[in-house]
Amino acid sequence: MSKNIHIKDHGKEKTLFLNRIFISSLVGLFLFIIIVIRLIQLQVFEYDTFSQKAQGNRINLRATLSPRGTIFDRNGNTLAENITAFELIITPEQVIDTEETMNNLLDLKLINPMQIDAIRKKIQKTQKFRSITLRSNLNDQEIARFAANRANFPGIDLQPKLIRHYPHKNYTSHVVGYVGSINKKDQTRLNQSFYNPNEKTGKTGTEYFKETILHGEPGYYQFIANARGREISLNENRKNNTFLENKPALPGVNIFLTIDLNLQILATDLLDGRRGSVVAIDPNNGQVLALVSSPSFDPNIFNENLTTSKYNELQRNTDQPLFNRAVLGTYSPGSIIKPILGLAALQLGVTNLTQRHICKGHYSLPGNTHRYRDWLSSGHGSVNLHKAISQSCDVFFYEVGGRIGIDRMHDYLDQFGLGQKTNIELAGERTGLIPSTKWKKAMFSKKEDKNWFPGETVIASIGQGYMLATPLQLANATAALATRGNRFKPTLISAIENPINNEKIFNESQELTQIKIDSQSYWEEVISAMHNVMQGSGTAKNVGLGAPYKMAGKSGTVQVISVGQEEEYDRELIDERFQDHALFVAFAPLNNPEIAVAVIIENGNSGSRVAAPIAKSIMDEYLGY
Amino acid sequence: MFNDTSNIWHSRYPIKSSAFALQLLKLDGPLLLLISIACLLGVFVLFSASNESTEILMRQLIRIGVAFAALLVTAQIPTDLIRRISPWGYFFGLVLLSFVLFLGDIGQGAQRWLDIGIRFQPSEIMKLAVPMMVAWYLHERKLPPSGKHILNIFILILIPSILIAKQPDLGTSILVFTSGILIIFLAGIPFRYISVLSLLAIPGSLLLWEFMEDYQRQRVITLLNPDIDPLGAGYNIIQSKIAIGSGGLFGKGWTNGSQVQLEFLPEKSTDFIFAVIGEEFGLLGLLCILIIYILIIARSLYIASQAPDLYSKLLAGSISLTFFVYVFVNAAMVIGLIPIVGIPLPLISYGGTSMVTLMIGFGILMSINANQKLLST
Repeated sequence: MSKNIHIKDHGKEKTLFLNRIFISSLVGLFLFIIIVIRLIQLQVFEYDTFSQKAQGNRINLRATLSPRGTIFDRNGNTLAENITAFELIITPEQVIDTEETMNNLLDLKLINPMQIDAIRKKIQKTQKFRSITLRSNLNDQEIARFAANRANFPGIDLQPKLIRHYPHKNYTSHVVGYVGSINKKDQTRLNQSFYNPNEKTGKTGTEYFKETILHGEPGYYQFIANARGREISLNENRKNNTFLENKPALPGVNIFLTIDLNLQILATDLLDGRRGSVVAIDPNNGQVLALVSSPSFDPNIFNENLTTSKYNELQRNTDQPLFNRAVLGTYSPGSIIKPILGLAALQLGVTNLTQRHICKGHYSLPGNTHRYRDWLSSGHGSVNLHKAISQSCDVFFYEVGGRIGIDRMHDYLDQFGLGQKTNIELAGERTGLIPSTKWKKAMFSKKEDKNWFPGETVIASIGQGYMLATPLQLANATAALATRGNRFKPTLISAIENPINNEKIFNESQELTQIKIDSQSYWEEVISAMHNVMQGSGTAKNVGLGAPYKMAGKSGTVQVISVGQEEEYDRELIDERFQDHALFVAFAPLNNPEIAVAVIIENGNSGSRVAAPIAKSIMDEYLGY
Repeated sequence: MFNDTSNIWHSRYPIKSSAFALQLLKLDGPLLLLISIACLLGVFVLFSASNESTEILMRQLIRIGVAFAALLVTAQIPTDLIRRISPWGYFFGLVLLSFVLFLGDIGQGAQRWLDIGIRFQPSEIMKLAVPMMVAWYLHERKLPPSGKHILNIFILILIPSILIAKQPDLGTSILVFTSGILIIFLAGIPFRYISVLSLLAIPGSLLLWEFMEDYQRQRVITLLNPDIDPLGAGYNIIQSKIAIGSGGLFGKGWTNGSQVQLEFLPEKSTDFIFAVIGEEFGLLGLLCILIIYILIIARSLYIASQAPDLYSKLLAGSISLTFFVYVFVNAAMVIGLIPIVGIPLPLISYGGTSMVTLMIGFGILMSINANQKLLST
């Protein structure tokens, strides 16, 4: 053996080795103790936290949608309801051959060739056990076609879904409104925890305004799910699941509108597609009996496929069927305001019941040659207030209006609710406009424009110029005339019904400040003149003739374009769109009124001849004649 | 040899037949019992972790059978022979490792398999070949080893460790490296060297960071803050902690762990099976398992301490302590104390090759034990 072999000291080596084994054991034990400490930390001290996290992991929540409340008219006719529609769904994990299935669906014309790529993408992105909607709202033929071939389509199924349906289509669309997909604007408005992103929400009308109560509260149920979100059935999990919560959805509240469906249908038919609006109110409580804007649209099209093109078509239509003229349309009220100005004049003492003015067919301000015409160019001769209202004499009101002055005129029209929102349960209502010196000062920026001119008072006296009112405001003001000054807030809601116990809560009428007119005789004088309009010698005397009840009304014919000083208005020569608007307001019965109506037909030419018969027919229907 | 066994045969003391059979088969009764208990518990846990798959259960049972056979065969090999084949085994392993690197199969994103009729990982050989080689290198030399020898040994350890790390298989690389380093420690390397080496560990770890794959760096970052990416890199450790924490003191019961059964816990049959025990059997279950491991390690260290020669001492010590490292690294990663490295829980995790390697290691221990008994009688 070579000399570099060391003499080994076995005893020393053994002690050294044992020493190292001992040190290793101590270190090892120490490390084990660290692990045990950590385990105690996790399993004892943080047990609650981790336990909750484990629960959160396995318990998933699924929302159950609340059925939307039904909308009825005042007599219980259904205006908006939920019906079952079918959608075609695919569950990829149950499909044997996706491509073949799609081709077969194409052959049956159940899907559109344009959709295929989008469907493929969606299938790839989604977990295989989750269903994907291929088509919504299948029609009866499509359902039948699929049902007959169902055996060839494993993994494809029909799924029922509630959709909104409006049985009276065009007749109620502006009052009831419609529902549509939730957009960004809706998201800010709605309590998002109550909505499924695929749900529909009210877009216009009552559907929009009463969204919160119509929608109801969604419920949820908990279920056990694995890491990929697949629901694990009770059997597989082999545990009792009584700890799982289940909160049923609260259905939306049913709403009874104040609308009378028959009246609504009649008014729509009478307008016959012309641009215009009809609003009828019960003067004793402010309940809106009919609210029609024409032309209208069928809200059910928003449920169908390919709605965008139809929607664009509606939007492009120059007659603006989507525009609710009853509350959004503002019109010069014209002669409609004459009874109110008459009341103001009497109350203010600027005229009396007998004072007469000579109407020569035109009027000029002192020291000015500009002629303000009367609609009757030959003039009305000698007129008092009664005659001025029933014949609608402009010259009388030019003069009396000047005496009242624009600011006092504003105050009285304001008392009748003009120039302010009625706060009816519809979105976007317009304020209208009753001018005053204060208004003009605030409205215009140039100094010379801020002044109010006497000539502006003259045209304001016959409801033209700056003055604007919605059909609803006019009906509302007429209701105040009918009750001789008792005013109510117009409302569309008659009652709301709890869908579970059918308990109804009626909407109480809201009385507003009474109009201050000192003498009852002033009211009677003005109303008798309005009675004369329809059933005497007034502008619409043919309309009310022979009716079995007494009625009152006032016509208005409003210029859409101004006619020059020396020009003649010749309607044969003027384009339809520039012809006068026809307005008429009426109420009946004369002494215990039940209905007040405002009718506006755009470019209808004559209030008394075109609008008045419609108002009369509506009153006939409502009063049962 | 024959004479020796006949001595036992003619012993004046009555010996129970089972003890006799064990001695005849050169098996250590306590160690065999503890290993069997661990395997049995493992099968029990695995059944639940695999969502009650009898197929996986059968496969694991077959593996355990093969592994026990390997143990039995290894135990019969005389320690002398083991010592003499040590360098050959080491070089054979290195050749196979190089093969894997150049033409190995790709399995689970890493190149660790060699397909020679049966697929196996040559890195597994190194788990035993490296400590055998290091023990062989030291066994005739004076202890504590000189600086030159320590350097040589370092090179012997580093070559296979780096090759394995490049596969990449960080877990096995760490185990192989540790098994060699432990021998240097057991050989009585002076503590001043250890402190110098510890200081070197700082630049060393920076170097390691440079060589790490992106996913491995991600694991380190994830350990420090798992909530950075709770559904991505942090998912495993978060779910594992939830599983263990929600198990509480007594656990949710066998096959009732929601994290396990609903598949929130990833790799639940393999690397994260410790968390399965934690969820279904609670702190109590984990303590039982840890105690069994402690007993296995203690018995192994006892065998090492009683080993008759230096080679046997060093090898037995390394095998015992590497087993400890195995357990510690797996448990520590599953409970979020160290980054996730792919080291299974020994004797319990589902998986073939590592089970066989482990059992061969225990077979060597038993061979050493038998040899010692032989010499002492």
